[in-house]
Amino acid sequence: MSSSLTKIAGGTVYDPTNGVDGQVRDIWIDGAKIVSAPTDPSVRPARTIDARGMVVMPGGIDMHCHIAGPKVNVARRMRPEEKREAAPVVRTRTTHSGTMGSVPSTFATGYKYAGMGYTTAFDAAIPPLAARHVHAEFADTPCLDKGFYVVVGNNHYLMQAIRDQEPERVRAFLGWVLSATKGFAPKMVNPGGVEVWKQQQAGNVSGLDSVVEHFDVTPRQIIRGITQAAHEIGLPHPVHLHCNNLGMPGNWSTTLETMKTLSEFGGHLTHIQFHSYGGSDGDESTFGSEVAQLAAYVNAHPNLTVDVGQVLFGPTTSMTGDGPLGYYLSNVYGTKWFSAEIEMEAGCGIAPIEYKQKSVINALQWAIGLEWYLLVEDPWRVVMSTDHPNGGSFLAYPQIIRLLMDRTYRRDVMKTLPPQVRERSSLWDLEREYTLAEICIITRSGPARILGLNHKGHLAPGADADVTVYTPDANVQTMFELPRFVIHAGRVIAEQGDLREPGFGKTLHVAPQYDRDVESDIARWFETYNSIRFRNYPVGEEYLAEHEVVACRRT
Amino acid sequence: MCDDIVVVLADSAQAESGIAQAEHACELGQRWFFDVPAAELPTCTIAAQPATTADGIEHAAQLLFKSRYPLIYGMRHASCETQQAATSLADWLGACIDTPTSLHHGPWGVSFQGVGEVTSSLGEVANRGDLLIFWGVDPVTTHPRHFERYSVEPKGMFVPRGRADRTLVVVDIEPTPTADAADLFLQVTPGRDFEALWTLRALIAGHQPDADQVLADTGLSRDVWQDLVDRMKQARFGVMFFGTGLALTRGRHLNTEALLAVVRDMNAHTRFVAKSMRGSGNVAGADNVLAWRTGYAFAVNLAHGYPRFNPGEYTANEILTRGEADAVLLVGCDMDEDLTPAARQDLASVPHIVIGHRPTAEAASATVAFQTSVPGIHTGGTAYRMDEIPLPLRPAVASTLPSQLEILAAIERRVRELQAAGDAAS
Repeated sequence: MSSSLTKIAGGTVYDPTNGVDGQVRDIWIDGAKIVSAPTDPSVRPARTIDARGMVVMPGGIDMHCHIAGPKVNVARRMRPEEKREAAPVVRTRTTHSGTMGSVPSTFATGYKYAGMGYTTAFDAAIPPLAARHVHAEFADTPCLDKGFYVVVGNNHYLMQAIRDQEPERVRAFLGWVLSATKGFAPKMVNPGGVEVWKQQQAGNVSGLDSVVEHFDVTPRQIIRGITQAAHEIGLPHPVHLHCNNLGMPGNWSTTLETMKTLSEFGGHLTHIQFHSYGGSDGDESTFGSEVAQLAAYVNAHPNLTVDVGQVLFGPTTSMTGDGPLGYYLSNVYGTKWFSAEIEMEAGCGIAPIEYKQKSVINALQWAIGLEWYLLVEDPWRVVMSTDHPNGGSFLAYPQIIRLLMDRTYRRDVMKTLPPQVRERSSLWDLEREYTLAEICIITRSGPARILGLNHKGHLAPGADADVTVYTPDANVQTMFELPRFVIHAGRVIAEQGDLREPGFGKTLHVAPQYDRDVESDIARWFETYNSIRFRNYPVGEEYLAEHEVVACRRT
Repeated sequence: MCDDIVVVLADSAQAESGIAQAEHACELGQRWFFDVPAAELPTCTIAAQPATTADGIEHAAQLLFKSRYPLIYGMRHASCETQQAATSLADWLGACIDTPTSLHHGPWGVSFQGVGEVTSSLGEVANRGDLLIFWGVDPVTTHPRHFERYSVEPKGMFVPRGRADRTLVVVDIEPTPTADAADLFLQVTPGRDFEALWTLRALIAGHQPDADQVLADTGLSRDVWQDLVDRMKQARFGVMFFGTGLALTRGRHLNTEALLAVVRDMNAHTRFVAKSMRGSGNVAGADNVLAWRTGYAFAVNLAHGYPRFNPGEYTANEILTRGEADAVLLVGCDMDEDLTPAARQDLASVPHIVIGHRPTAEAASATVAFQTSVPGIHTGGTAYRMDEIPLPLRPAVASTLPSQLEILAAIERRVRELQAAGDAAS
């Protein structure tokens, strides 16, 4: 009896969510979902993928990257020089062309993620006013299920409501803005600091208790107010936090204070590598790793999770919603600089940068990232990221996997770095090597759980049929760079690097309930200060092709 | 582009456009709403003879499919969704694709690649801008509601008294209606904007360029420029508006680069942003669509199977005047604004397809012409304001005409069929 089923037969399956650790199993797919094996033995699959001797995992999930939106697109426009160097993506009869460099064009982005076995990605910092743009870019970004985080940490309405101690307004605004933008989660970028940057030359907050002028709130109050509201709403990924003082020597103490504030409710700290520095301003010789104490705090607080923001050596583009950081980096590197303030809600900074192997600072940043992976004991609470393209390209993930799984290789690379790296970080002494199951956790099962995506990151019946099949290789980098099969929503989209049937994927967003009575208050505020009309702000359904509302957690 | 226009519909056939009133619209906006094509025009012509849309699509697809150097240009009066379809078609064809950016603001686009830009959305100007410098632009004429909505007049969060809290400076080569409204008008020697801006850079950095030289180079004394620099440094949030007055005069991209550099330099002293005054239509949207699909905002050639960028070589007016293209597709193009007289003349000798909503002399000479509905009046979609904020277009009136997007999508489908058939045969 024939069927519409696909069977991935005889692979060595890693599905840590369901306790499967390298056992030989068959995976059955019907349509876009994983299903149980048919009970009737006469049912034959329409297609069988022979996975004997191969490794089978859920599709990869990038929970923090910059792949769409105005700042990504500005970076594409600003950097023609690197596109001349990079091999382009060539058009075929069924796939579009594109350009690479540190900020690939949309089609190139989707194809490259797919070629590497990733099937879901979240853009990490979108000003609500640009949500419409992001959905349009998503429609041109194939092969991936996608969502984005909405920046709220410098939003005027929220800062005022927090100052006025009106948590019900904070809750309603969060619910409204996520619904209006069809976004996935609230994101705080240097809470309070971006507003200060708008108000004064080289402005920023210096710590959690700096006061944001005019609004009379502190970063600590913003973090607490938004985190509390997000938990009360029951968002699947309540809060995603880019701490204050990113990249600054000695910023670890701000980060530790932030963790203490956040752990009252729980939350996710992003690109934590950039926030774990010892030392003092203006004295390079004091710069060093403070991962040990921060990781100890995370280990002791199960409601905290992190992604790393690994740095890789080479040129890239820094892009951030953290306006003052963009100014700082453009001055450090003396490169061209883009900055844009978005009314009422956000900022943006872009600058070409390079991480140099010979630089003590850059080499330490590289080591600090790896320390994070190795010092967080529970792999479910640390996620692989490069903060693409800030630390490096998402295409570096296979290389990071090798660094984590192969201690000898890790030390070989360390031998090429300035000797200070061994003195000012603990990396050389860390013996830990990741297992394949742990790699599976930090690249798909973990991020799915942290994001509240119950139907992703695992292979039990009911899960999305996103599956990657790898050919084992002595060099795990080779293995993860070129999967044998990549299946997205039940369709084989890539085979050994060749694209097959790339679809466009679905948009993942939330639609939380919120107090509609507050909406008129928001509208009044909006019409007073914004340069567009309130009615033109929300993104309509027509901007979504295939999409899925991810349910809130029970509160 | 204003997003507060209220359209009042007319009773049935009372008005040709179906629209009785466009409230809040300026003179330019009124023209947009009421200067609609006559209803009796054929929806499609082939060699100036009325034809069915289906025949027109077949003819257009064949022409593009057989072309060795197709050029797709325009998209000023087109939604982003139409621009996406045009870029998609260009990729399948291996065409050149370009927009009016290349003719107007292209030099800004080039200098942006050199130095970057410190900028903001217009609402930031409305809420914070206490020093507004309009350099070589005349918004009172070209953007009639700019003062009222975004720059001079709004009572903003940090400028609560509106106009009274702002200083308005105009720099131009001659008096303009905008200059009439200014607190300070600086008249520079024509063609010497670069020298003036470079003088500002020197003064901002604390250098004292030779006073006689400054006067000779710019037509204004060093003291006048020093006074401006003092005002700039005293501002809390300064804004420099600029446009084609810099981009299209002697120095071109060097002028815009100098202005962007001045604004960047000023951020070592206070907050300062630059804002390019884009023209009508949705050219800013086209910049974005081309950039996300190809990596480049304009002047893109896809002939090698991937995007390449080279202004001057892959820009439409130059391609036309060099006689390189053998088929041209114009979409939502403003024939007067977007083509140089020389290029318009050369277009007549090249087979070309016009998809647009305004009957024009050029469309009459077209190989195939499609009369379409009007984006923003009859059809929806997205368009970008000049500060790159995407806004939804809401159709007010129904139209029996096909949309630009429908025509383009049909041509794209047919071209891909022809390509597939060609592959199968070879």
